[in-house]
Amino acid sequence: VSLTDRLLGDRQRLAYIASQAADSRLNVELETEGMTLNIGPQHPATHGTLRIIARLDGEQVVWAEPSCGYMHRGYEKLAEVRTYPQVTSLVNRIDWLGSFANEVPFILAAEKLMGVEAPARSQHIRTILFELSRIANVSLFLGDLGVQMGAITPVFFAFRDREYVLNLIEGATGGRFHPNFDRIGGLKDDLPKGWIAETKAVMKKLRTFCDQIDDLLFGNEIFQARMRGIGVIPRDVALQYGLSGANLRASGVDWDLRRDQSLPMAWDKADWKVWTHPDGDSFARCWVRLQETRESTKIVDQLLDTIPSGPIMAKVPKIIKVPEGEAWVSTENPLGEMGYYVVSRGELGPFRVKIRSASFNNMSVAPWALRGVYVPDIVTILASLYFILGDIDR
Amino acid sequence: MPVQPQNEKENLLSSAPEQSATSTQPRITSATEVIAALGDRLVDSFHKDDLWLRVRTDEWKSSMRTLRDTLGFHYFCFLSAIDWMPSPFGRGEDDPTEPTPVRDTTIRSGYAGGDTRMQVFARVMNPVTHVGVIVKVDVDDTHPSLESLHDVYAGANWHERETHEMFGITFDGHPDLRNIYLPMDFEGHPLRKDFPLLARMIKPWPGIVDVEPLPGGGAEESADES
Repeated sequence: VSLTDRLLGDRQRLAYIASQAADSRLNVELETEGMTLNIGPQHPATHGTLRIIARLDGEQVVWAEPSCGYMHRGYEKLAEVRTYPQVTSLVNRIDWLGSFANEVPFILAAEKLMGVEAPARSQHIRTILFELSRIANVSLFLGDLGVQMGAITPVFFAFRDREYVLNLIEGATGGRFHPNFDRIGGLKDDLPKGWIAETKAVMKKLRTFCDQIDDLLFGNEIFQARMRGIGVIPRDVALQYGLSGANLRASGVDWDLRRDQSLPMAWDKADWKVWTHPDGDSFARCWVRLQETRESTKIVDQLLDTIPSGPIMAKVPKIIKVPEGEAWVSTENPLGEMGYYVVSRGELGPFRVKIRSASFNNMSVAPWALRGVYVPDIVTILASLYFILGDIDR
Repeated sequence: MPVQPQNEKENLLSSAPEQSATSTQPRITSATEVIAALGDRLVDSFHKDDLWLRVRTDEWKSSMRTLRDTLGFHYFCFLSAIDWMPSPFGRGEDDPTEPTPVRDTTIRSGYAGGDTRMQVFARVMNPVTHVGVIVKVDVDDTHPSLESLHDVYAGANWHERETHEMFGITFDGHPDLRNIYLPMDFEGHPLRKDFPLLARMIKPWPGIVDVEPLPGGGAEESADES
């Protein structure tokens, strides 16, 4: 079976044979020599500096390989010379669109080793801020999705509405992008006055935004033609490559770390749904993210009503020394499973931190997923896999 | 010797106490089951809130294959390595004008033990029961090499490339062991502990200079007293 036969569907194969027949009638011999196409290091579809090298046969990709490392900052090495509280300012910069969510698993790992649990109020506020960073992150993804296909309008909606969420994060933490708000044993501060009412109003706006995106993009015929049946990743492949988050759920795996593990967070205090999609194509991945944004606004709304009173910091020493041991904590971040393997030697700083970022695994499937697709689909598949360069390169 | 869990309740790995509402299969993966399936390929194990396993170096790939095929650990989470030798440079806060202090660089392994300076470890999960295990393996000190897992878990491909460049561990049978982050002509293996963090060596860390004395000065003072 030739490569072309293996990669093309029946209809496309017929079209291919027909075109070959037409060429032979006209006595035209087309050159089908391979060509190497370089995409990046900078390209709108790559959200940063990722380079993709693709070997083409005509319009089809024979082989594609992302080239990472343009933004490698060596956080695992840097964390070894920092104290535990200092590490949060580093890990903030991994997935820069949902920074607060990066801090939480590291802090939880340190708390696990210390045997400290944050008070109920700070667990609640943590969960709210976590979901707000998810909304800020994924709403930009939903807007940006249109840009990959030439639709300029949705991204303006996305930037406008994401700004409301960033304002909330700024109001509570003082930082729009890098809150650095999470502390071992709780949070830096309590919520400001009037923040809860403000947040509720914004969540309403974000639900409207989701409806608009649903109309503008997901109902759009061109969007569907570019996304449906493209870049299908079956369940087994997704699991082997360690895809996580919406990418895994879009391949029909019903697994959400917010629901399926017990962490000292408040997700179990809210009533929400984990969305999955059986198709595993680009459309499914985007659709699952849209539904998740809606669910996140619901989680935030419910948690805002039930914030318990009490302190926001547990009793922890001023100089934090974490007892000897090893801990693994991962959470369901906007991009997927983000986890930290922290090895402590009872010192001021960690002995070794392994950062498991979602995008690294999500991107490692790209050589598999891009094989055999057409050149314009490279962009939509990469967009639907959704990666942040800082999250790949760490 | 494998650590035997005390009773049946502790036996279930506690990382996922509630069964997912939609999965129909019962939670079956328990620590004893994993330990039994690996048999004498297991060197040591440690069971706390997670399950740590240490397998024999020559049985690394076959152990992972057993975990995947027999016990259903289909989800590949990550693979990396640890250098257990404490850094001879400390935390990079030495005064460059003073002679370098002598540091204890005795190798001391973590959970589930270890006989070598470097260990490779990986985490895999069962997507139905939502249970995960951390599998460690010793690698030889002078010629660190290990079988590649890329045909057991396809996702291990990139992780092994990263571990190769960061720790200098070779993965036999890997199809394409190029550097993934670093330039191809980069010398040294940055995540090894004896690789100095040059930024700290060249310029003293400003944190040492502007340390403010704590009120009261006591390290054990708790936060609520302020």
